[in-house]
Amino acid sequence: MKCRTCRGPAIIDLPRHNANFCAEHFLQMCRRQVEKAIHDHQMLNKSDRILVAVSGGKDSLAVWDMLIDLGYQADGLYVALGIGEYSEESRGYTERFADERGLKLTVVSLRDDYGYDIPTASRATGRVPCSACGMSKRHLFDKAAIDGGYDVVVTGHNLDDEAAVLFGNALRWDVEYLARQLPVLPSRHGFPKKVKPLIRLSEREMAAWCVVRGIDYIVDECPIAAGNKHIGFKEALNVLEDKSPGTKASYYLGFLDRMAPVLAGIAASGADSVTPCMRCGAPTGGEEGSVCAFCRLVERSVAHEPVSVELILKKSRSQKRAQSEVAQS
Amino acid sequence: MKVILRNPRREIEIEGRRRVHGLLAELGLPRESHLVIRNGTLVPGDEELDKDDVIEIRPVISGGM
Repeated sequence: MKCRTCRGPAIIDLPRHNANFCAEHFLQMCRRQVEKAIHDHQMLNKSDRILVAVSGGKDSLAVWDMLIDLGYQADGLYVALGIGEYSEESRGYTERFADERGLKLTVVSLRDDYGYDIPTASRATGRVPCSACGMSKRHLFDKAAIDGGYDVVVTGHNLDDEAAVLFGNALRWDVEYLARQLPVLPSRHGFPKKVKPLIRLSEREMAAWCVVRGIDYIVDECPIAAGNKHIGFKEALNVLEDKSPGTKASYYLGFLDRMAPVLAGIAASGADSVTPCMRCGAPTGGEEGSVCAFCRLVERSVAHEPVSVELILKKSRSQKRAQSEVAQS
Repeated sequence: MKVILRNPRREIEIEGRRRVHGLLAELGLPRESHLVIRNGTLVPGDEELDKDDVIEIRPVISGGM
């Protein structure tokens, strides 16, 4: 296989582009896709102070690396979730990445700074772990951005992430979620601006970026997330992608081009009823004087005795076994 | 060749030579959700893998949001 650009030996084949690339021109293609996303959706300016939400995984480290490579000023924020060895390892990858490049990284620990962790929050609140995790991270990224005077929060959501969420929202015809599934959420009502520069690049391309750039990241999957519905949607879309390369890009980018404008009125109408949380002051969707979901989660989690990752995994396995037995009977 | 698989990490031995696409198909692993790495370098789908190679097949799907 030869590189489409220089005819040298290729290192990767990308069926959706009907092309192969050498290392140099693969990186060039990725940079161009990110620059196009940033330009088309007015995500970032070179003068912005950027906070990157980093997890130690391929996408967040790649987007941080790319932004620095493209000349942006970007600091990192890592939230230590308390998911056993997985969290310790992912923190190590993140800290090494920042240290080796002289980048500023802030670490917030759920256990040390707020008195809980994700397994405990899941058990204490009855939320599925990924829900407790997502809600905690969103709140803490927003808070860090506002408190730190950052102009924008960057997340590493890639094309596969967005296509999978779109697929899930469309399967349920959740019109409000569909209307809000945009690559830029503007700053409003005390929430910081949030952007997703990787929407034009696939998960495989982001992993390849890390390999080519020599970025070590945590390859192992979060033990709690393994087998969740989101991964199932990705696998289903990859079956279609395998038969018809370019399906995921045309599905999600076509949604942004042609469907999101149709839904814009719905997105605008549902976004104005926000009041400050009476405890932490963060914006919340409740009535005047109400407490935000994060503060409620913290209150219940701190009062609960610590729960191990193994206990959550055991419960998850027994639920799946029960579902399987019901399906077979 | 020695093939290193992830999630969970394990090693298997494959006899003889293979092309990258053939190896993935034989193991039932979709191309769109895996990278194939030899000595720290990516290898494309038509590359022939030698019987003495050490190959990592790295999954790329992640589930957190």
